[in-house]
Amino acid sequence: MSKDDHILEEFTSKEYEHGWYVDFEADEAPKGINEEIIRFISAKKEEPEWLLEWRLKAFRRWTEMTEPDWSNVNYPAIDYQDIKYYSAPKQKEKPKSLDEIDPELLKTFERLGISLNEQKRLTGVAVDAVIDSVSVATTFKETLSELGIIFCSFSEAVQDHPELVKKYLGSVVPANDNYFSALNSAVFSDGSFCYIPKGVRCPMELSTYFRINAANTGQFERTLIVADEGSYVSYLEGCTAPMRDENQLHAAVVEIHAAKDAEVKYSTVQNWYPGNKEGKGGIYNFVTKRAICAGENSKVSWTQVETGSAVTWKYPSCILKGDNSQGEFYSVAVTNNHQQADTGTKMIHIGKNTRSRIVSKGISAGKSQNSYRGQVHVMKRASNARNFSQCDSLLMGDKCGAHTFPYIDVENNSAQVEHEATTSKIGEDQIFYCQQRGIDEESAVALIVNGFAKEVMNKLPMEFAVEAQKLLALTLEGSVG
Amino acid sequence: MLKINNLHASIEGKDILKGINLEIKPGEVHAIMGPNGSGKSTLASVLAGREEYEVTAGSVDYIDKDLLELAPEERAREGIFLAFQYPVEIPGVSTTNFLKTAVNQVREARGLDALDAVSFLKEMKAKMKLVDIDQALLSRALNEGFSGGEKKRNEIFQMAMLEPKLSILDETDSGLDIDALRIVADGVNKLKSDSNATIVVTHYQRLLDYIVPDFVHVLYKGKIVKSGTKELALELEEKGYDWIKEELATA
Repeated sequence: MSKDDHILEEFTSKEYEHGWYVDFEADEAPKGINEEIIRFISAKKEEPEWLLEWRLKAFRRWTEMTEPDWSNVNYPAIDYQDIKYYSAPKQKEKPKSLDEIDPELLKTFERLGISLNEQKRLTGVAVDAVIDSVSVATTFKETLSELGIIFCSFSEAVQDHPELVKKYLGSVVPANDNYFSALNSAVFSDGSFCYIPKGVRCPMELSTYFRINAANTGQFERTLIVADEGSYVSYLEGCTAPMRDENQLHAAVVEIHAAKDAEVKYSTVQNWYPGNKEGKGGIYNFVTKRAICAGENSKVSWTQVETGSAVTWKYPSCILKGDNSQGEFYSVAVTNNHQQADTGTKMIHIGKNTRSRIVSKGISAGKSQNSYRGQVHVMKRASNARNFSQCDSLLMGDKCGAHTFPYIDVENNSAQVEHEATTSKIGEDQIFYCQQRGIDEESAVALIVNGFAKEVMNKLPMEFAVEAQKLLALTLEGSVG
Repeated sequence: MLKINNLHASIEGKDILKGINLEIKPGEVHAIMGPNGSGKSTLASVLAGREEYEVTAGSVDYIDKDLLELAPEERAREGIFLAFQYPVEIPGVSTTNFLKTAVNQVREARGLDALDAVSFLKEMKAKMKLVDIDQALLSRALNEGFSGGEKKRNEIFQMAMLEPKLSILDETDSGLDIDALRIVADGVNKLKSDSNATIVVTHYQRLLDYIVPDFVHVLYKGKIVKSGTKELALELEEKGYDWIKEELATA
């Protein structure tokens, strides 16, 4: 057996760390999707009439659409009538402060390493914790509101700031944008909302932690971030789910609006349950994320570390509308065993002197398939637009695949678009070299993989980067020996 | 320290080593010379534990241990160091970071505490002087874009940091100009002590002007066919390998 095969074998036995679940008493909708269910969700949320109408319109469009099949992934047909679209852990009363939250819920998040206790947090990170269909807690709301920053669950935003929600909801990702965004628009149950007022630099990282707990449910959350003129915010997103034999659907929508001179950094560490070694179970992660750099000199930067999910289908994109606006996409996608990822970005250059930068690092192991799909579109008006794309793939073993699908459309002659791509294999030479210096095989692979992904890892906020590094190693490593 | 007994090894079914016998004591420097394809680098690789090579017969005792039973990283932790003929590039991983991982894993195996960032840096500074290596080089990705001389110097620097008992220098002189050769040899000599030993694998006598061997062995067709002192190396330099081949043919 060659060294490569040997290493490969060892990389398959690591168990998913967050595979447990808690037996909450849940408030659930029956399985299936129809107008009644949508009315049920809307009523649960005590939503205004316009939002219910918006949902119903999205639902009607969705029923006319067909599931896309152009991505480089394979999965059995999803029975949309076999999913529960709403599940919320029962809480006796609506908690007024963090002290009143069900201790079981707090414990659930503690176990995931997310403390909802403000005193316990060492660093400045405000968290919105979402379990299944609802947000259960948001920390540091008061501290942030002193600066005029709104950070709350989507449901609360609908109640407390309807004018903002109405103005921006669907403005970046229209309800009928695609099959999954239409589905999300019809049944979304919660998520985070964030508004940074003019000229305010958000003093702490804002983060949302998504947890799927209940069985047979889908999670359809919606995040809306609005950064007003000259503001800045760094936003983090993390997620886990229990190990279950059935596939579960996660179809989220994230919309970001950046006004003139505003800057938004959005970082994701995606660790949904990937399914077992034979490819049974796992999350279908079909997500639409898009930002608009609406004003001049605005900037949006997406950073993602994708390690989980059975199937990932995700293209965080930037519409560069404002002149001199900038979009960035930094991605590390790791697939192992039978995981499939089709991920990338779209950079749509509309304004003059707009710039975009794409750095994608794909790592494939086991029998997994990892695809980068990206589009750079320079429109007529976008004179002097610049794009630089780099797509690197690292293969471990010979049973996995790496694919690159770059699409470039240029309608303005002054544009400069560069694309670089490399594919390499972790060499047994590299591993032996490390071993000869006393480094064991597992650490050697972690070292090499983290080196490969370094440029992207460096873009993550400090405390996230350490976690992400460990996660990267964990995803690929099995217990040696 | 090291006792090689009738060692046979093959790669992809092809026999390369056909019965090597060699004994090395602490404080000694042994040179292994021989024409291309004689098995010099294979011997170095087998001692370091490269898995592509299959040991088909023989044994290697190393400080009361069966060396062939140990994994490559265990051998390294027990003090075996191989300076590679072609050091490997690892993109995105700085030499400093790489070595810190290595030094601490070796220390852990030897029952020592891991070095913190400050003491590691102090240790590094001291060893940098030995091989005249620039700190800027150490913050760059390991061996990536290094010149031949920089790569070899980096190997000796790693050797200094890991403090091995038995160092194997595999064609360390290849690709070096005379100045670089002197610096590398100088580093090796400074690291020499009564308790450690060195195997110098080389094709040319040149390196042995700077690293003076106690014994010289000629490897030919997978066997040590002649052993002597440093004078043997000079004789080889003068006459080439052909006379040995002839000597063997007539014997």
